[in-house]
Amino acid sequence: MIQLEWVLGLLGGLVIGSAAAMYLLVSGRIMGASGILGGLIDGSNPNWERLAFVIGLVGAPLLLNSYAGYPATNITANPTLLIIGGLAVGLGTRLANGCTSGHGVCGMSRFSVRGIVATLVYLGAGFLTMAVLRHGLGWL
Amino acid sequence: MIRVLVAIFCGGMFGLGLVISGMTDTNKVQGWLDVLGAWDPTLAFVLGGAILPMLLAWRIAAKRERSRLGSPIPEAPNPTLDARLIGGSALFGVGWALVGLCPGPAMAVLGWGGQSVAVFFAAMVAGMLLARLPILRAQAPK
Repeated sequence: MIQLEWVLGLLGGLVIGSAAAMYLLVSGRIMGASGILGGLIDGSNPNWERLAFVIGLVGAPLLLNSYAGYPATNITANPTLLIIGGLAVGLGTRLANGCTSGHGVCGMSRFSVRGIVATLVYLGAGFLTMAVLRHGLGWL
Repeated sequence: MIRVLVAIFCGGMFGLGLVISGMTDTNKVQGWLDVLGAWDPTLAFVLGGAILPMLLAWRIAAKRERSRLGSPIPEAPNPTLDARLIGGSALFGVGWALVGLCPGPAMAVLGWGGQSVAVFFAAMVAGMLLARLPILRAQAPK
C-alpha cells in the first residue's frame, strides 16, 4: 500500500531538490546545510549569502507554520544524547565536508564518488548505531 | 542584493520542503535508520525526490560555464577518498541516529523545536568549531 507519508516525502523531496537546483543554476552554489552554516560560524568564509540562506531556512518554516501549526519534532533524546549527537553531527559533517544535503542530494546527483561514498558511510553508521543502541542496549 | 534574495528564497524552500517531507520529525528519521525494527522508508522517497531535479540541474549546468548570477558552476571535487571523509561521515551517521536530526532539519525546526533543538543546535555549532582545531585542520584537503 502506498502511504500518504511517502507521497508527502516525495513531494517535499522535489521541493528540496528544486531549491538546490535553483541555488546551483542561479547562484552557482552547492546547497549543503553543513557547509553553509559551518562557513558562516567558523570564520572560514562568512558572507551575507550564507546568512541569508540560514535566515530563509530557519524563518520560512517558522512563519508559515505559525498559521498551519508546528509539526512535532518528537525528539526523545535526553540532554546527554543531544549534546553527544550534536557534537558528532557538527564535527563529522565538517570533517567530511558535507551532510545529507551536500553529499546526499547535490553530490550523488552528479555521481560524485566522494558524495556517494560519504552517503553510504553515514547511512551505514546510522543503521549500525540504531541496531546496537536500540535493539542491543535499549538506549534509543 | 539579488544574490541575497535568491539565498533567502532557496533557504526558505529548503526549509518548507523539509517540513512537507516529514524530515523534521525525528521519529521518521530514526525509523528509517531502524532496519531491525518498524522500518520507515519515507526518507528514501525524500532523497529520491530531491535528487530528481538535481539530476536535471547538473545536466543543464554541464552546458554552461557560469551560473545565472555570474559565479562559476562549482567543479566536481577530486574523487579521492581520505580518512576525513570516511571518519567524518561515520561520526555524522552516529550522531544522526542518536537524535534523528541532521544539519538542515536542525535549522528548519530551530524556531519552534524548543529546548531540545536548542541544545542539539548549540552542540552542533560547537562540533563545527572543533573541526577547525589545528590538529584536525592539518589533514584538510586543498
